[in-house]
Amino acid sequence: MSEQTLFKVTIDNITIEVPAGTTILNAARKIGGDVTPPAMCYYSKLQGSGGKCRTCLVEVSKGSEKDPRPMPKLVASCRTNVMDGMEVKNITSDKVLDARASIVEFLLINHPLDCPICDQAGECHLQDLSYEHGKEGTRYEFQRRTFQKHDLGPYIQLHMTRCILCYRCVYVADQLTEKREHGILDRGDHAEIATQIQKSLEHDFIGNVIDVCPVGALTDKTFRFKNRVWFLKPMDAHRDCPTCSGKVTLWNRGDEVFRVTARKDEWGEVESLEDGSTAWICNTCRFEKKKTSDWVIEGPRAISRHSVISQGHYQGKIGMHKPRETFTAVHGGRDPKLLMDIHSVSEVNRPSIDLSLIEGPAHSTDFNLKKD
Amino acid sequence: MAGQIEEKHMQALTNRSKEVSRKPMSFMEQLYLPAILKGMAITFSHIFKKQPTIRYPEQKRPFSPVFRGLHVLNRDEEGRERCTACGLCAVACPAEAITMEAAERLPGEENKYREEKYAARYEINMLRCIFCGLCEEACPKDAIYLSETFAPANFTRKGFIYGKNELLIPDPVTEPEAYQKARGLKEPTTASQN
Ligand code: SF4
Ligand code: SF4
Ligand code: SF4
Ligand code: FES
Repeated sequence: MSEQTLFKVTIDNITIEVPAGTTILNAARKIGGDVTPPAMCYYSKLQGSGGKCRTCLVEVSKGSEKDPRPMPKLVASCRTNVMDGMEVKNITSDKVLDARASIVEFLLINHPLDCPICDQAGECHLQDLSYEHGKEGTRYEFQRRTFQKHDLGPYIQLHMTRCILCYRCVYVADQLTEKREHGILDRGDHAEIATQIQKSLEHDFIGNVIDVCPVGALTDKTFRFKNRVWFLKPMDAHRDCPTCSGKVTLWNRGDEVFRVTARKDEWGEVESLEDGSTAWICNTCRFEKKKTSDWVIEGPRAISRHSVISQGHYQGKIGMHKPRETFTAVHGGRDPKLLMDIHSVSEVNRPSIDLSLIEGPAHSTDFNLKKD
Repeated sequence: MAGQIEEKHMQALTNRSKEVSRKPMSFMEQLYLPAILKGMAITFSHIFKKQPTIRYPEQKRPFSPVFRGLHVLNRDEEGRERCTACGLCAVACPAEAITMEAAERLPGEENKYREEKYAARYEINMLRCIFCGLCEEACPKDAIYLSETFAPANFTRKGFIYGKNELLIPDPVTEPEAYQKARGLKEPTTASQN
């Protein structure tokens, strides 16, 4: 399309011109800020995604210039294209806010909300959504849907109980790998993500299901329970990878690499590369390169100030760099006299145990074996 | 002289300031003895007054119900550790006194830990702690609360790194008396719920 028709659309009283065929959600993302509806299932990098979760509902108060009638019901903004002269209400509409609160209540009906245990906590879209729109209590009185934990291959942990059935992982398996081995079984309340016949998924790019999962249903087993994301330092890094772009975010603690993920943009989606393709990363980069020496560190990753992950990173990029020791230099080569070396007493962060290099989650055996 | 005038214009902060008297002392004042006797009489009269001193540690002052003392890591009724190493106390702590390392519960350890993840290591550096109680407020599992005791004094700094050995409350099933004692008068906020 060389000559694009531009449509004028007004979202929450902010007018913007977008090419025809843009969805309301993407138009709102161009404006940015609070105007953008939340999206749990739509993923701009995955074709056909969206339309499953209904968190992105908006009110269309004027259909278009030609047909100014409002749309009778709230519409899913990720699946509705803009029309010329359309007027959309998101946060300015009480109806939308009310509906969104109900959607959150629906999503949480069977959700365990065990965030203290969940590895997604701190970067979970459902957590944010519940925090902003959720109700304090639940009205649900019945037994909740629960599932056994599954191992999807050696690296991926599936907590089906936390799944909100957004289908993103199914699209990843479909679009990134040649043979899809996992999908959704059953329907309605019984629907579950499963590997057909319990096959392990061994494709090079299957690890990306972890990044697309908006909740903690699919998590990295090599990182499982090792730390909380907000105690880690996200660093941009790259390596020469024959399979993928090799551009990743490292989640460090000190010099230990605890986790490797793709780089996420402001919508929590995997970033695009310069050539427009998506920076999916391969399993080798994600699960096997857990040493600082494997990577070329580019620098600290900027994290939104409002995210809990930015706690402890202080202002700007200070605190993400290792400070230079100046004491010895200004004291004529004398080392500072420590009143106590914390490692001589503390059992935590002992230099002899590298949690990041343990294969799966740590167990009592890992701690007790190396005790003395 | 100019200095004095300026001083007069200076605004006093309170109305209790007194000008220094530079009068020569009278004969009675020069004797000193009356003033000394007066002072002795005041000291003596205190023997008959009620003593405000409390003879710690034989006597203890009652604490207010909101007193924030030494931390206790709580267990549930079945004696399982409540803490799941979620790190919320550590992120809430303004003094960065709390550190921990998590582990996954193995099959067979269900009677020891309440959740599938637990704190294999949990430490509070009492030298850093300011006893603000924010950890207690942050905890979603009612696993940590501040009790009605002080952190006892110690000769070395090393004695102030409290690990799980020091912090965990005795098991209510196997050692009910020690548990009751450690729990103190102040109920952990959860005791009545669930
Ligand atoms: S998926 Fe999100 S909301 Fe659910 S338990 Fe995990 S962090 Fe909490
Ligand atoms: S009482 Fe305050 S300073 Fe002490 S450990 Fe708890 S949160 Fe930190
Ligand atoms: S004491 Fe509470 S807040 Fe702290 S890690 Fe344990 S469960 Fe979380
Ligand atoms: S994001 Fe539009 S329905 Fe899920």
